[in-house]
Amino acid sequence: MTTLTLGKAMNEGLRKAMENDPKVLVMGEDVGKLGGVFRITDGLQKDFGEERVIDTPLAESGIVGTAIGLALRGYRPVVEIQFDGFVFPAADQIITQLAKMHMRSLGKLSLPVVVRIPCGGGIGAVEHHSESPEAYFTHTAGLRVVACSNPVDAYSMIQQAIASPDPVIFFEPKRRYWEKAEVDVESTDWTPLHSATVVRPGEHVTLLAYGPSVKTCLEAAGAAAEEGRSLEVIDLRSLNPLDIGTVVESVDRTGRCVVVHEAPVYNGFGAELAARITERCFYRLESPVLRVGGFSTPYPPSRIEDQYLPDLDRILDAVDRTFAW
Amino acid sequence: MTIDSVRGAPDTPELAEPELVQLLTPEGERVEHPDYPLDLSAEEVRDLYRDLVNVRRLDLESVALTRQGELGLWASLLGQEAAQIGSGRALSENDMVFPTYREHGVAWCRGVDQLKLLSMFRGVTHGGWDPAEHNFHLYTVVIGSQTLHATGYAMGVQRDGVLGTPSAAATIAYFGDGATSQGDVNESFVFASVFNAPIVFFCQNNQWAISEPLERQSRIPLYRRAQGYGFPGIRVDGNDVFACLAVTRKALENARTGQGPTLIEAFTYRMGAHTTTDDPTRYRLKAEEEAWKLKDPIERVKAYLVRNEFADAAFFQKIEDEAKQTARELREGCLSMPDPKPLSAFEHVYAEPHPLMTEEQEQFAAYLASFEEEAR
Ligand SMILES: Cc1ncc(C[n+]2csc(CCOP(=O)(O)OP(=O)(O)O)c2C)c(N)n1
Ligand SMILES: [Mg+2]
Repeated sequence: MTTLTLGKAMNEGLRKAMENDPKVLVMGEDVGKLGGVFRITDGLQKDFGEERVIDTPLAESGIVGTAIGLALRGYRPVVEIQFDGFVFPAADQIITQLAKMHMRSLGKLSLPVVVRIPCGGGIGAVEHHSESPEAYFTHTAGLRVVACSNPVDAYSMIQQAIASPDPVIFFEPKRRYWEKAEVDVESTDWTPLHSATVVRPGEHVTLLAYGPSVKTCLEAAGAAAEEGRSLEVIDLRSLNPLDIGTVVESVDRTGRCVVVHEAPVYNGFGAELAARITERCFYRLESPVLRVGGFSTPYPPSRIEDQYLPDLDRILDAVDRTFAW
Repeated sequence: MTIDSVRGAPDTPELAEPELVQLLTPEGERVEHPDYPLDLSAEEVRDLYRDLVNVRRLDLESVALTRQGELGLWASLLGQEAAQIGSGRALSENDMVFPTYREHGVAWCRGVDQLKLLSMFRGVTHGGWDPAEHNFHLYTVVIGSQTLHATGYAMGVQRDGVLGTPSAAATIAYFGDGATSQGDVNESFVFASVFNAPIVFFCQNNQWAISEPLERQSRIPLYRRAQGYGFPGIRVDGNDVFACLAVTRKALENARTGQGPTLIEAFTYRMGAHTTTDDPTRYRLKAEEEAWKLKDPIERVKAYLVRNEFADAAFFQKIEDEAKQTARELREGCLSMPDPKPLSAFEHVYAEPHPLMTEEQEQFAAYLASFEEEAR
């Protein structure tokens, strides 16, 4: 066991993947000497060379577009988008090209490209550095979309994503990069990439979260326990495909469900969850599935981001409301 | 030309030792250029000096405020004062500016309250000034986007039919060396070219895009890109405020009189970190910074003023005191800047009332009020 921060676990996972497969490439802005603005690729260029760890020109469409070409030539590019708000110049390459090429080729072409996106708010940044764009990508067929929430998953999930024959959008909770945990870097006995995990069992209400919100939900569950309420927390880990079985099993037991994400509630990923849970657990539900998320506004200036982001109070308020229904 | 098979970077000495328009040497000696005659009175030079010193001082204060936790971030203009003041003072009132996030010196020339710039980096607003009031658009953080907005704006001026008249306006788009790789910037060159838009593309080549040197963005000097798009490109000593003034003036005048776009590459250097969260020791040599220190944009103007006896010690002291005072006011203004109200997040999202904004705002207001009730 090694104590690793989430950021360092990402780094170790990338390193392992590069050691295991010479076709794995890392590319993006400032990923080389600097090691990325969050140092996720720290030391990789030094150890694997400039041919495999590529500081690209400053152009996101170019980065993803050339990653597609490299994949067509047999490489497995892992692309870093510097911040969530800067993925949009690459939207055409991701949504129109990357996602659809396998199908258009009747399965002949495979596009094992991973697009890593540090996401979410809470770091006091200026605009475009705190966004949660996952719903744009979960809405796009052909992409697999995952989000890690802790060092253990960061280490395994990045390696599993790289091994995937399909394109994977990989969300990293940037404000959790410095969270620590014990990681077994020798073991490969990992939870399957596209399965959800119950990170805290409970009886009364199911909290569904992913990425940065998992920790917030665990804290909320801790606070609720002091008041005698037992909340089950599920870390979805994968948004597309969705492990609906784990979710249904839980909600069938608790009869109440609150979805938490940083993205705006309106048309957010929680809407898909609420609809699916309603379909599958209709007769078991004691209240509607409630959603706690960002306001349906642009991400606000950082001085009021704490109001925008779901926190303990807002989560517990929603939990209360499921009982008051 | 040798090509490194790994990096693909060619051996282009021109990237480092360029040919450029210079009117004032680093030693403060005035030199002439046949295409750019410039006649400045002693007072005009003193005014430029005053601008340069003030914007540097304000910038240093903003860096200090960031270190003290008062700003979330600051993108310093240190080393780029001449490029910004020279081009900024070349503007006429009608001209329109589209800045990046580093154009604090240009904002100064346009009379934008520096506190408003700070409000963005403090996390109080996403902009906050009225672009029409100063003909200075909002800062753009997403690299390169504003060059297309600027081009479209210039196309609007063109359609107004004012070019060549006293109400003519040029548009100037600022961007960095890194930005030249973006599709948006290249598309803006194409649009500006085929429509002959009245625009000046002002690229501050400060040699770095965060940790990536110019070689990651270009194999030829940036100003030469213009040729491929079909309009003139020119490289100017970006640390020479006279040259930046003269070259930008001419390009703006060309735009206003319907002669189309110009690309100006201001060859300069980012003396500080990319932003306050960056650590340049990880990717560049101190020696490089030291070499550029000798080309400081302010020192050479001071040398010129002294050499020609255009200013005495009392003048320099006065400017120093004034800059200190402006910085003090900036600090006080920053510290007393009120936080936005939480409910303001729902304001101005749409121009007309919007049911979802109203609904969520009311819900959140009720939620906040529930705490006050509990507290009672
Ligand atoms: C589309 C986009 N991608 C990435 C970034 C992150 N980023 C901010 S500044 C910067 C470097 C910009 O370099 P340059 O254009 O040379 O301008 P400078 O900062 O040197 O003034 C990068 C990559 C961004 N803001 N926007
Ligand atoms: Mg630059």
